[in-house]
This record gives sequence, structure tokens and C-alpha cells, in this order.
Amino acid sequence: MLEVTALRKSYGPLLAVDGVSFRAGKGETVGLLGPNGAGKTTTISIIAGLIPADSGEVRMFGHSLRGATDPAKRHLGLAPQDIGLYEQMSAIQNLHFFGALYNLSGAPLKRAAGHVLDLVGLTERAKDKVGDFSGGMKRRLNLAAALIHDPQLVLLDEPTVGVDPQSRNAIFDNLELLRKRGKTLLYTTHYMEEAERLCDRLVIIDGGKVIADDTMDGLHRLLPQTSVLSITLNDGAAAGSCVSDLRSLPGVESVGQRDATLSVVLRDLSADSPAVLSRLAERGHRVQHLASERANLETVFLNLTGRRLRD
Amino acid sequence: MLVPFSALVRKDLRLFFLDRRAVLMSVVAPIFIASFFGYIFGGGAGNQDDSRIPVVAVDQDSTPFSRSIVDHLKQDAYLEVKAAAPDRARDLVREGRTTAAIIIPKSFGVDMSRAFFTGGSKPEVQVLGDPSHAIEMRMVQGMVQSAVMQSIGSLMGGSARAQSLLSLPFQVSSEGVTAHRGRLYNGYAHSFGGMGIQFLLMVGVEVGVSLLLARQQGVWKRLSAAPVSKATLLGSRTFSSALTSMGTLVVLFAFARIVFGVRIQGSFAGFVGICAAFSLMTAAFGLFIATVGKTAEATRAIAILVTLLMVMLGGGWVPTFIFPRWLQSLTVAIPTRWAMDGLDAVTWRGLDFSHVAAPIGLLMLTAVFFAAIAVKRWE
Repeated sequence: MLEVTALRKSYGPLLAVDGVSFRAGKGETVGLLGPNGAGKTTTISIIAGLIPADSGEVRMFGHSLRGATDPAKRHLGLAPQDIGLYEQMSAIQNLHFFGALYNLSGAPLKRAAGHVLDLVGLTERAKDKVGDFSGGMKRRLNLAAALIHDPQLVLLDEPTVGVDPQSRNAIFDNLELLRKRGKTLLYTTHYMEEAERLCDRLVIIDGGKVIADDTMDGLHRLLPQTSVLSITLNDGAAAGSCVSDLRSLPGVESVGQRDATLSVVLRDLSADSPAVLSRLAERGHRVQHLASERANLETVFLNLTGRRLRD
Repeated sequence: MLVPFSALVRKDLRLFFLDRRAVLMSVVAPIFIASFFGYIFGGGAGNQDDSRIPVVAVDQDSTPFSRSIVDHLKQDAYLEVKAAAPDRARDLVREGRTTAAIIIPKSFGVDMSRAFFTGGSKPEVQVLGDPSHAIEMRMVQGMVQSAVMQSIGSLMGGSARAQSLLSLPFQVSSEGVTAHRGRLYNGYAHSFGGMGIQFLLMVGVEVGVSLLLARQQGVWKRLSAAPVSKATLLGSRTFSSALTSMGTLVVLFAFARIVFGVRIQGSFAGFVGICAAFSLMTAAFGLFIATVGKTAEATRAIAILVTLLMVMLGGGWVPTFIFPRWLQSLTVAIPTRWAMDGLDAVTWRGLDFSHVAAPIGLLMLTAVFFAAIAVKRWE
């Protein structure tokens, strides 16, 4: 469906994209994850044909885009990071206009507009001016405008920036629905939770370079083989006395204590945690709260770059 | 109070100086315009002896006395006098090729002598003038009167005696040449055309600025992501702007027709052609300056400079006859001048299509030129 190979793009001395390569298969949701300035928007702009790459290739539906009017662009939808709508026009007028750019007209255009309005839950606001919409509603309409011509590949550049949680959830629901319908989604974000929720595969970018490209499971395998068991004891005063005792157990990497809570770092959560709990029971300690923490994408990014995603 | 005020001022100054192109233009534009005005009003050089009002003289009397009048006219520093056949003089004025035609009638000298000595009817030197050049017409009338008086003075052996005459033995009449004899010049035709052209240039500026603003937003990205060429995107913007400009001109002239009685006395097709061509030209001009300015602020500054220049050189603010001669020649190459002359031609001058075909063609060519550069440069 989409194959990006060795893309490079410079703006003067700034190398924005440095040899980016990845693929997105049919029906796959691929996340481009990286901090601000990582090169995500530049990459997506090159894929959409908005700016030329200095070198490298983008193949879409089996061939490279040839010029601005390449018919393959009909299968591509773009939801830009900035709201790409005419605020003075109504929602339906915007959709009719953007649909017409893809040669839609008459009844098919009306049907398509009604369909995407329904998808994003704005049917009742169809005739209202976009300028009167909330930020979340504009974002949803921004997505609808990208879908009006029923593209196979949808490029979503930070589609949830600046929206309230309710609208964000609505957008997630829309995207999950699109995924179920077999659309290929390329999704840029610097929100780890969004990527974890939506994406089948993640391409992590930093400084214009791909630093990881894998499925969620694959990326989790990059994590250090440690998990943290967080144990809160009934008797807070006794917690301190447990630290050295637990450290002596096999499989325990380290033990920390804060008030009544112990943080026990284990090599293997499932194999090593029973011994820890048994030891506490043997010593007569009662556990009030127990939790395990799994490393997440934030940890992956931290491990790979030494920086946090939102630095 | 002082801290936020100072921070706000510093912020504004910082933002202003960040756009170097806009800063440069905001200084260059007034310097250029002030220098230009100073120059044409005599502060520099050139216009003292160079700028002359073009007139034609028709000497139907053809006597030493009448030739003396023509000679005196030719010696006037503010007139550029050429001879013309009697049957062409009126057309030359009507077509805007000359500002005035001075017609010395047959037996002018004899009739003037008779009027002087016997009190007969006074002969009349006729000045046929371009009514859109009212100031020049009044100047020409005064110059004709002066030339006749100087000739009488020469005849009488001294200008002092001639100047002591209580009553002049001749008259200088003037007629504004319009589409038809006897039809009065309607100044609203010229003013509506002139104002329409100025405002259309402003519309052109807004085309450029709005494109630049769209590019800063997501709309342009969405448009570019569609399978539509850059030429189509820019061309459609040009065309829609041209349509609104054309509509503006049509509404302006409809208002002038209903309220002030302005008529299209010449070619209606020519009127439509001029309106369409100039509308297209201004829209393409807007695109062009957008590619030069790069930012909305810089584009506005450049556009103001160019618009003011075009309006000035087109004679919108001051009569072009006060320009140095070289500058008068240059104004012939200004699109506003073509449009203004074209509208004058088909409204109050009452000329046919052939007289506006060239301006229409030139305006269209200019539009294509601006649009082609804009499409090439637009990133």
C-alpha cells in the first residue's frame, strides 16, 4: 500500500528527514511517533506530495507519485495538523468543496458528505459555519474532509492536537471504525497513549531518523527484561525492615521503599513475584495493595534516545 | 503597568523587525514615492523644460498673421505644437492622441482687424480640448490668447500698445470633445473608471495576501494534496478574483449610469473587454506580488508601492503633463493607463472596438506574464 524508502529532506542546514524508510500494508494503522520537530510532519508532507524530497522514494499503490495530478492521489486523504477548512463556510459547504476537488459531484457527493458527517457525528451541525464550531468539532470535520472521497490511505497529522477528551475519544472511535473498514492509516503523534491504543505498528522517529520500526509486541521486546512490583503493606513501619530481606531473594534486582510501599524490581514478573509475596507472608506482613508496572512506549523512547517523548 | 506596556512594545518591534522584507519595503516605499513626487514637482530635474502639453494647430487662415500666432504657440515652453489637417483635428482629440486642437479660422486676421476698427463681430479661435484634461485645457486657452496678443503686438510694433487694448478684438472658445458634437462631457465616466481601477488593484493585492495566508494554514495543504495542479489552484483563484473584479466594475458603471447618466457611448464589447482584461490583470498581479513578497506583510508593502506607482503614473492623482517628458513616455507602458484610456475610449469618447483592441491585448498579455511567473515561482 505505502512504501517509503530512504527519504531525505533538508531546509538549509537543517536535515529534517534523514533516510526515513518504512512500509504500511493494507488495512494497517501505522503510527509515526516522535517528539516535536522529529520530522513527522515533513515525512507526511512528502508522502502527500506537498513538498518534494531531496532524495528517496515514496511508492503508493505500487508506483511513485508522478506530479500533482497523479490519479493515485485520489486514493489518498490528508487531515493536516492545522485545521484545513474555510471557517466562513458551513460544514457541508466545506465538504462539498473538498469533494469536488476529487471530481465528486451531484448525488454521489451529497451521499459522501452525509456519510462522513455521520461518521464524525456532525450531521446536525452540517449547515452551521465552521467558525462557530468548537476546536474538537473542527478537528472532527477536518477528519471528515480527509475522508470525503473515500480514500484507501489516510494521512493523519496529529489529528487530536488541542482537543478536549470527549472529542479525542470521538476521533479515536472514528479511526477505529476506519481501521475495521480496511483503511490504511498513517498517524503522526507525540502522544504515546494514542499510538498504543490505535496503531498496529509504530515507526519511532527522532532527529529525522527512524530509530525503531516494529509492532507493539516487538517494541515491548526492546524493553529491559524487568518489571516493577509495587507492594503497599498494612504496617508502614515494617516496610523498612523488609528491604534487605527481599533483596536476598533470587530474581530480585533491587528493592526501594517509600513510606509503606515497596518497589521491587524483578527480572521476570511471573516467575519471581510468588517468592516475594511468600516471603512477606512468612514474616507476617499483610499486603494492602499490589500492582505491577509494565514498561511502556515512553520507556522504549527513553531507552532508545535517552530523552522523553515530550521533551 | 510599565513592565507589561514595555513588553508589549518590545514584542511588536521584535515582530516587525523579524520580517526583513516588510521592514525594507516599509522604508523603501515612502522614500521612493516622496522622491518621485519631489522630482516631478521640480525638486530635481527634468520637468522644467521637458514637460509639454501636446496640441495640434490648424491654421485655416494661412496668413503671415496666423502663422505668427502658430509660431508664438510653438515658442511656448509648455506646449508641444504639431500641425494637423482640419478634418483630423477633432478625431485626434477625441481619440486622446492630443490634448487640444487650436483652430484658427479662415480670414481670422481680416475679421479681427474689422472688429478692432469698426466694431464688427469678433472672430473666434476654437480650442477643441480633451475634457478629461480640464486643467490643461484652461492653460491652453490662456496660451492661445497670449499668442494672439503677442502677434497683434508684433503687428502693431510693440506689445505694450497691444496690451493696452481695452477690448480684445477676438475670442477664444473652447469645446470639450466627446462622443458626439454637442454632448457634454460627463466627468463621472472618468472618475468612476479611475476609482474602479484603483480599487481593483487593491482587490488584486488581497488575492495575493489571501493566498499567502491560506498557505500558512492547513487549507493550502489540503488543496495541494488533491489531484489538482498548481496552475489549476492558482489559475482558479485568479479567475474567481477576476470575476468579482469584473462584477465590481459592472456594478460601478451601472450605478454611474443610473445615478449620473454615464453612458457607454462607444463599443460595448470593448467596455466588457477592457473590464475583463483589467480584472484578469489585477488578479494575476496579486498572484505575482505574493510570490515576490513571500509573507503577507511584505506583500502588502510591495503591493502598496506598486499600486501607488501605477495609479500615479496612470495619471490618477496628478495630470501626466506635469511629468518630465521621459516619464510621460513611460506612462504609456503602464497597465493602469491602458485600462483608463480604454474605459475613456468606450465611455465618453464614444470610440469603436478597434481603439481598445490594443489595450485589451496588452492587458491580457500582462496578465499571462504575471500569472506565468507566479505559477513558476510559487512554492
